[in-house]
Amino acid sequence: MGELATEKHVRYILSVEKRKDNFESVVMEHLRINGAYWGLTALDLLGKLDTVDVDEVVSWLMSCLHESGGFGGNVGHDPHILYTLSAVQVLALFDKLDVIDVDKVTNYIVSLQNEDGSFSGDMWGEVDTRFSYIAICCLSILHRLEKIDVEKAVKYILSCKNMDGGFGCTPGGESHAGQIFCCVGALAITGSLDLVDKDLLGWWLCERQVKSGGLNGRPEKLPDVCYSWWVLSSLTMIDRVHWISKEKLIKFIIDCQDTENGGISDRPDDAVDVFHTFFGVAGLSLLEYPGLKPIDPAYALPVDVVNRIFFTK
Amino acid sequence: MHGRPRKALKPEDEAASSAKAEKLRSLQAQFLANHHNHIYSKEALELSAKLLEINPECYTAWNYRKLAVQHVLSNSDSDPHSIFNDELKLVESALRKNFKSYGAWHHRKWVLSKGHSSIDNEMRLLNGFQKADPRNFHAWNHRRFVAGLMERSEEDELKYTEEVIGANFSNYSAWHNRSVLLSNLLKRKAEGYFPKEKVLEEEFQHVHNAIFTDPDDQSGWFYHLWLIDQTVKNDAPLLVSSWPSHGSNITLIGDNGLRGCGLSLLNGTLSDTGALPIILYFNQAVKGINSSSVAIKSELLKEELVWKPLSMNNSNTAQVWVVYLNLGNMELQQSKTYSVEINVGHSSGILSANGNHYGDPSQISFEVFVETTCTKPTEGQVGKRTTWDDTNFQKIDHFQELDSIATANQNHHIPKSSDWCIEQIVKEITNFRDLLSEYDCKIGKLTLARLLTALDMLSSPLDGKKSNTEEVLQLYIDLMKLDPTHPVYYKDEHSLILLKQITSTRDSLLPYCYYHKDATETFTGHVCLRLQNLSLSRMGSIENLLWVQMLDLSHNELQSIEGLEAMQLLSCLNLSHNKFGSLTALGPLRSLKSLKVLNISYNELGSHSIDTRRYLCSSPVAHTEEFTWDRIEILTGSFNAANFWEAFLIFGSLALTELNITGNAVADENFRSFLVKVLPTLKWLDEEELS
Ligand SMILES: [Zn+2]
Repeated sequence: MGELATEKHVRYILSVEKRKDNFESVVMEHLRINGAYWGLTALDLLGKLDTVDVDEVVSWLMSCLHESGGFGGNVGHDPHILYTLSAVQVLALFDKLDVIDVDKVTNYIVSLQNEDGSFSGDMWGEVDTRFSYIAICCLSILHRLEKIDVEKAVKYILSCKNMDGGFGCTPGGESHAGQIFCCVGALAITGSLDLVDKDLLGWWLCERQVKSGGLNGRPEKLPDVCYSWWVLSSLTMIDRVHWISKEKLIKFIIDCQDTENGGISDRPDDAVDVFHTFFGVAGLSLLEYPGLKPIDPAYALPVDVVNRIFFTK
Repeated sequence: MHGRPRKALKPEDEAASSAKAEKLRSLQAQFLANHHNHIYSKEALELSAKLLEINPECYTAWNYRKLAVQHVLSNSDSDPHSIFNDELKLVESALRKNFKSYGAWHHRKWVLSKGHSSIDNEMRLLNGFQKADPRNFHAWNHRRFVAGLMERSEEDELKYTEEVIGANFSNYSAWHNRSVLLSNLLKRKAEGYFPKEKVLEEEFQHVHNAIFTDPDDQSGWFYHLWLIDQTVKNDAPLLVSSWPSHGSNITLIGDNGLRGCGLSLLNGTLSDTGALPIILYFNQAVKGINSSSVAIKSELLKEELVWKPLSMNNSNTAQVWVVYLNLGNMELQQSKTYSVEINVGHSSGILSANGNHYGDPSQISFEVFVETTCTKPTEGQVGKRTTWDDTNFQKIDHFQELDSIATANQNHHIPKSSDWCIEQIVKEITNFRDLLSEYDCKIGKLTLARLLTALDMLSSPLDGKKSNTEEVLQLYIDLMKLDPTHPVYYKDEHSLILLKQITSTRDSLLPYCYYHKDATETFTGHVCLRLQNLSLSRMGSIENLLWVQMLDLSHNELQSIEGLEAMQLLSCLNLSHNKFGSLTALGPLRSLKSLKVLNISYNELGSHSIDTRRYLCSSPVAHTEEFTWDRIEILTGSFNAANFWEAFLIFGSLALTELNITGNAVADENFRSFLVKVLPTLKWLDEEELS
């Protein structure tokens, strides 16, 4: 088996930030904050966060902050809960949460909770359990979880539980590994994992591993590196990760590396991107691959960052 | 980026990409300028449409379109119908570009909820999209939304899933939607969907077509499992077992009239506080256990009792509830028998997490006998340490009449299952045996194992039928070889079945029960349950082990003891030579107030960078525990809180007298000195007597 091409991935991630001339990077411009979170967290896991100019990143982040307390995906774009979490996560990485007005950001998130406990993504009312996770994760990092109705939020997530033990976007929606990560993560952070049917969901999740060792996101779909994170983190949170073959999955992720130019792709020999690079590295971290910082399965941040948030006075 | 081949672009393609990028960049810049200046002219709208057709993921542009619609509607007497229609058209072409764009789908939903557009077109559009990609979950979500708007019946939608499955059974999305629709129809007993027996029989037939055609295709697997669950499940919570069990006699041994001194039970020390636990073990998590839903009649009852849920979570539900009768400062008469009568669920109030009422009012009566003893309990005497060598144990030939050992067949709360239910499971067993005779497949074996287990659960052990555990154990052994990707899943199941078998009767349990003698060859009188060296990877059947005070689980492959918190009588526990990977895995021990002796030597504590129990243990990161800074600061001084919080949480709430933690990476000198501080009761650490 090959090894993780750490140096090349670091170089790749740093180069993506600067690259703005190809079509793909322009298409992704509206979610640059997500990109920053993926890239920077991957760098931290690889032990190379110190190569980044913190002040530059923070001042750019702050230029995405709106009066409402929400962050847009890039300068000039509308605020949305998706980008607010990424911004808060990046600030947590740098231990710079003190640059934001915590109450203001909190109010933005609190304002998005609906009567039934669900969360809208922004003022236009799209509802999705992804947003429940984001709200809960973000407020927990800010030590403001008590500002929302947690009981109702949990109840709404449970209303999205399916016959296979998984969760969908809204009640009746099909289970999907990404959605399961969000719902299990939200339940983990709110101390509610007793409400998850761990054996049933664990079986569904471990059956996502296909012959090549990779994981798919739903039955009878192709494997994809990003599910290394979503399936694995869910399995980790419910303590069922030993139900899959770790060695085979490590091999699959390693096989998805571009060993020449760095970066990780969805499947072997596909084009790399920063999204899959992060999820590949994060997956390897959960698999205890040597040389990587450990990542927290619920907050999707390095464990030392999460511990700093909760165990520093 | 998904499914794009990794290859360097040719120079001419590179140039084209660069030109496209330039064009898109300028479109985005112009659009953002219009957006920020609130310009909603025809040209500006066209520009945003063009942008969305190229990049449907640009969410700000969808927001702009909504603002523009509101603006145009408020400023003119334009026709809302045509305005909204334009939006629907734009969404349609954006979706043709990117079928998975959240923003586009939501824009469509937003437009339709305004109620100015015809929804007749939606089903046609969806049918086209869903033919092209039958698994697209956005389309399925939209379909559910539109069906709701149109008030299309669930029966019609169920027919649609039938059509889709008929065309190709390998469609998990359709099976999923079927389970959603059918649940609703069954729940409200819709015409044609009652009684559920008939419906379920048809569904079994239906899913057989999928599974038996291609047993390796997962599409029908989970639906089939769901049908089994629908067949056997009992919504109403039931009491599975209790300690003391019904009809048992408890002997309490003490001196000085029990007052203020140790209270012994089964010849073992129960607790220094003289508190007698009553444990109720349900088949699922329940809430509403209190002195009115559970009535206790006894002379021993002197004060209002507060039931405690044994759970690591924030919810007020738990599968196991405990209450302590405080006998420590009560004037008990020697050689007298006190009777206790507990009525569970005779008045309402006990509910499952889903709100189902407790279904089986039951009574537990037991007797407590107080006996004097002239010898002091040996426990705690200087110079003695609990050892777990084979020479310390002596086999038990037969249980004493008075031994309060309750096994599965003595628990009288077995629900009566319907004949239909048993017949249906038997039918399925036949079907899967037939499948396996033709094709040796994993789902066939796994389902057969599950069906046989379900059948054993349904049949009363009193009716004398032979259980299927031997065959089930063999099936799981076969599966470990057949499906090497998930061996531990099958091993875990194997462990659970093995434990079920061991704890099923007093006879099956006897070979695992021993008397314990201490280092000086004196019998302490402890009955020890020795489940060591059984290749157990998972603990189970705890409902049958509530009586255990000394438990040896050493030399297994355990990495968690989930559920052990129910064993409230446990005072000595040996977990050495297992696979415990983190201190948080010991979380259940925090509820065991009687625990004195713990051997956790030779495990993997401190060897793992990822803690898989972090969110299953009560902790500040899960908001199930406040961190008490003052105490840890006093205790730790130089210790880093982030590194010691788990140890602080676990050991800080125990009152151990003996702890063995050697053979773990975590147990360095620094850690040992922390343990001595956090466990002031400790007399022995790693076989060394503390001074
Ligand atoms: Zn992917």
